[in-house]
Amino acid sequence: MSSRRIFARPARLGAITPYFWMLLFFLVPFGFVLKISLSQTAIAQPPYLPVFDLTQGAAAFKAALAALSLDNFRLLVSDNLYVFSYLRSLVVAVVATAILLVIGYPIAYGMARLPQRWQPIAMMLVIVPFWTSFLIRIYAWINILQHDGLLNQMLLSLHLVSVPVVWLSTDSAMYVGIVYSYLPFMILPLFATLAKMEPALEEAASDLGASPLKVFWLITFPLSLPGVAAGILLCFIPIVGEFVIPDLLAGSNSLMIGQTLWLEFFTNKDWPVASAAAIVLLVLLVVPLVLYDRLQRAQLEEAR
Amino acid sequence: MGGPRRLSPFNVASLALGLAFLYLPIIILMIYSFNASRLVTVWGGWSLRWYHELLNDTAMIEAGWMSLRVAAMSATIATLLGTLAAVALSRGERFTGRTLFSGMLYAPLVMPEVITGLSLLLLFVAVNAERGFWTVTIAHTTLTMCFVAVVVQSRLGSLDRSLEEAAMDLGCSPARAFLAVTLPLIAPAIAAGWMLAFTLSLDDLVIASFTTGPGSATLPIRIYSEVRLGVKPEINAICTLVIALIAVVIVVASLATKLSGAQRETAAPL
Repeated sequence: MSSRRIFARPARLGAITPYFWMLLFFLVPFGFVLKISLSQTAIAQPPYLPVFDLTQGAAAFKAALAALSLDNFRLLVSDNLYVFSYLRSLVVAVVATAILLVIGYPIAYGMARLPQRWQPIAMMLVIVPFWTSFLIRIYAWINILQHDGLLNQMLLSLHLVSVPVVWLSTDSAMYVGIVYSYLPFMILPLFATLAKMEPALEEAASDLGASPLKVFWLITFPLSLPGVAAGILLCFIPIVGEFVIPDLLAGSNSLMIGQTLWLEFFTNKDWPVASAAAIVLLVLLVVPLVLYDRLQRAQLEEAR
Repeated sequence: MGGPRRLSPFNVASLALGLAFLYLPIIILMIYSFNASRLVTVWGGWSLRWYHELLNDTAMIEAGWMSLRVAAMSATIATLLGTLAAVALSRGERFTGRTLFSGMLYAPLVMPEVITGLSLLLLFVAVNAERGFWTVTIAHTTLTMCFVAVVVQSRLGSLDRSLEEAAMDLGCSPARAFLAVTLPLIAPAIAAGWMLAFTLSLDDLVIASFTTGPGSATLPIRIYSEVRLGVKPEINAICTLVIALIAVVIVVASLATKLSGAQRETAAPL
């Protein structure tokens, strides 16, 4: 019996339920987003037109189909608010991912150099904050960064500043929040590749006279590139669509696309425009998502 | 040579600073939940005052109860579905639509939550579902089953397949071999998956905000609306309670994993 075919039939039966679950609750909903992004805003319940009603017969269906339009997308590319929030999301994601890589790499590297029996403990220590609530971690930073918060108290008592610095509602606060929240996602894939690396390679290079810096650039870093790629994708994609962190920590004068979408949906009740914004966001993320999917598949299925 | 690689001072410093960065904010938050003073600037001594005030906050307690129910229910369904999906992906033959299936499972792991939340809400509105407990539970199940699938799949990938083959050579049906051999071996991963699903659900703000209905706020929704109004010691208290709950879950989980690992090791020489 070929080992690949172990459990073939029961597995296929078992796959049916999760398969249909994901089709129904993940793929099909995108169809609704697409459809509503082509609809008109209306003051109604639900707040969009046309509403396809299959009980009304084919003629009504055709009329509804004809009423679809690209107006919402035209609005998205012509209105500066949306264009700027897309650009801002991309810039924030690029900058934050770069900071994460610079901070996360030395930590992952240090973890990989720990004695073997310490490594699982270090890994646990990095994972545990990720298990505590995301919202709580952002709130913890509001405590520290607010006007009379601990950071300002510390700076004042050290006489580094004479008046409290405004931290909250600034981009720096937002970057601190993003870096803090996503750091484990950067460290873990980096650590996974660095820990697997053969120490003999680095030793050989330094025995042959390479300086530690040269060993790092010529041996360690190139070999860790799969981990670097995984860490970058794991952070970049969700940061582009981030809502909570910019909403609570950044100022309100420039919004990220996740905030714009939220605002259109919950405050302006403009579902069609929010849906169109979601479609454009998805299109922006298609390339990184496909790359991520390839990487994930390669990692999980290399044993096959 | 060949022994453990040496830690340079740079390695030690980056580890220490990194861990301090990860833990200090949470520790500070927890300490201030016991502050008797309302002001963050003033330390008024240790007190349980804010925990007492929480007891009177019925809206917060209701939200907490709702969150716990959603988390337990969605984590259980997600563990079932995610485990099935993982087994199908790593043990099944290449069935039709396999690529689509694994794509649908991996995408939600990084998909921005605003997109997942919005699309599920539009589905629920289109089928006229009443929004509340069940819609949030379905939404959370959809997200967290993908995490369960990945955790279980990576365990299945590292498993020695000859064990399953041996069981079948000895006359077990594939289903029997799975239940008797594979399932006990992946049990720790399944438990870890359930816990991950539980905490992710307990944590989620964005997807729950889209998919819940009026009058059924989850704990993060409630906390979020309070946090927008500013820092309050009661929020520190509820956050500390949530952290404590998650810490208990993690400790129980790692003890359970250790215990089952120890059992395996003693059973192995047989």
